[in-house]
Amino acid sequence: MAEIVLDRVAKRYADGTEALKPTSLSIADGELFVLVGPSGCGKSTLLKLIVGLERPSAGTVRVGGEIVTDRDPKDRNMAMVFQSYAIYPHMTVRENLSFPLRLARLSRSEIDERVTRAAALLELDGLLERRPAALSGGQRQRVAMGRAIVREPAAFLLDEPLSNLDARLRMQMRTELARLQRRLGTTTVYVTHDQTEAMTLGERIALLRHGQIQQLGTPRELYQRPANLFVAGFIGSPAINLLPARIDGERLLLPMADLPLPAGLYGDLPPGIRDVIAGIRPQHIAGAGPEADDTNSDGRFEARADVVEWLGSEVHVQVEIPVPDAHWPSALRHALETGSTGAERLRVTARLGSDTRAREGDSLRLAIDPGGLLLFDPDTGERLGD
Amino acid sequence: MSADARPGETPFWDRLFWRAGSLLVIVYALLPVAWILSLSLKPAADLADGRFIPARISLEHYRAIFADAQFPAALWNSIGIAALSTLLAVVLGMLAAYAIVRLRFRGRGLMLAAALSIAMFPPVAVIGPLFELWRTLGLYDTWPGLILPYMTFTLPLAIWTLAAFFREIPWDLDQAARVDGATPLQAFRHVIVPLAAPGVFTAAILVFIFAWNDFLFAAALTSTNAARTVPAAIAFFTGSSRFELPTGSIAAASVVVTLPVTAMVLIFQRRIVAGLTAGAVKG
Repeated sequence: MAEIVLDRVAKRYADGTEALKPTSLSIADGELFVLVGPSGCGKSTLLKLIVGLERPSAGTVRVGGEIVTDRDPKDRNMAMVFQSYAIYPHMTVRENLSFPLRLARLSRSEIDERVTRAAALLELDGLLERRPAALSGGQRQRVAMGRAIVREPAAFLLDEPLSNLDARLRMQMRTELARLQRRLGTTTVYVTHDQTEAMTLGERIALLRHGQIQQLGTPRELYQRPANLFVAGFIGSPAINLLPARIDGERLLLPMADLPLPAGLYGDLPPGIRDVIAGIRPQHIAGAGPEADDTNSDGRFEARADVVEWLGSEVHVQVEIPVPDAHWPSALRHALETGSTGAERLRVTARLGSDTRAREGDSLRLAIDPGGLLLFDPDTGERLGD
Repeated sequence: MSADARPGETPFWDRLFWRAGSLLVIVYALLPVAWILSLSLKPAADLADGRFIPARISLEHYRAIFADAQFPAALWNSIGIAALSTLLAVVLGMLAAYAIVRLRFRGRGLMLAAALSIAMFPPVAVIGPLFELWRTLGLYDTWPGLILPYMTFTLPLAIWTLAAFFREIPWDLDQAARVDGATPLQAFRHVIVPLAAPGVFTAAILVFIFAWNDFLFAAALTSTNAARTVPAAIAFFTGSSRFELPTGSIAAASVVVTLPVTAMVLIFQRRIVAGLTAGAVKG
């Protein structure tokens, strides 16, 4: 049981690559903390700095109030679960589970008791004499978890523990993991590249990119109030629609429609005409009735369905929106990773109800809900407004 | 014909080719051994009869070589020297290979290249200087005097073989052991070495065979029963008169000296295959 505090921890390798920029972070005792980000963002490095497999080039790591920056991993009393599980192939499940306890020179009866308890907790009872080669993926994952649990460590460090499982099992293990963590109440740092895992598991999430924390907060904060374009684009599935836009007085001009700016957004913005980037979550684009029924045309537009994905409970419809070349802010190009070639079309995804009968090629009338609108600075990518 | 063979079944001509080919190779390789075995079992009078199957079987040559004090001493020297050389080369090779594979340090590639170049060095070129050096140092005609050169010439081989095996072991396993509370040495002993066992056995066999079969160093750096190994001792066999070749004794000694190596390779070969399949990390 321990609080983990990182104080301006940085990691730069001998060859000059900066894996982690100076980062300060505090993880509360008993918290389930998630580090999420695309591959190569430094999240695994951060984990290895906490567990001691890497030494920081600057800063201090404190666990439970003690400075452990230069302490060997074996003396940190932390348990780690690897993406590859790293269970020892030449040992039986029992030997795997008892390995850390044997190293700690616990008595035989104590080892037996703890292994039995962990095995029962993870439903490994019948598998104790098997070797890893005779286990399924999910069972191996549980052995790796079991080896972490038996030690009753100060913290669990999980490095993409579920990414080698198939989708169904991953969902199931995700729930089990969360329940287990709550039951044991052990401080846990969970690394993943999957935003769904991050959102469902984390009490707090840190989103990393290029070795730097982009935003730290609850899943709700990251989703509803993303700090910048990158966070907005990374969190949420299907991904947020990002569009070049222009503020003209009290109205927001989008490539396909224009609508009044919501008061909360407008209040903080400097007056006058300016270019921005608008972010609209797919669920904030809904189907609209025929044009004749419109009381006004705010946020309404017509587009041809390009791709229709029917998911049972909902339908994802992608439409193409023509965007004049002149409107492209550089931050948007960067966020969408597109080149700069002439007039372009942007894909916009709408999440519609499952009763939508749209087929590919159909012309659809859609309406943007201004309530869910997010605006970003076209140069820095930071979110505008309060 | 191959065209109408069922899928999954090797075509008839393929099988015939491989079986006939294998048989040819085995016969070719074993014929001289069988000839020596035949010679060693013939009584002295029949040695020159030119028959492949001995007309009469006699163990007189075996009795003769063990009656002489020279051969049992040489056998003991061979076993001891080869075993110690193997142990030292494999242990040192393991530590070196592990460091080369897992640690980032300057001159890693250079070390591997240097090790390889030592393996390519012709031993005969160092025999002269080594002879003088060993005389001065008092290592001439001693066990260490042979163990040292054997170890030196086989270490590169051991390092290269073991490095290849260590490279196959996921680094996660070391790291997991370290987080589980192991010192680097404990992680090496409990996790890496058991997983590299097939490699360790492979290296051990190669080193042992080199030391066991060596004639050059054994002949040049020994002079008495104190350290002379079997290959060198065989060269000093004498017949009952100066006009008689000790063919029978040489054949018997050759059989005796071949058996342990063959047995060891057969035993370890099974371990190697078993180890390779059981050590699978992912499946």
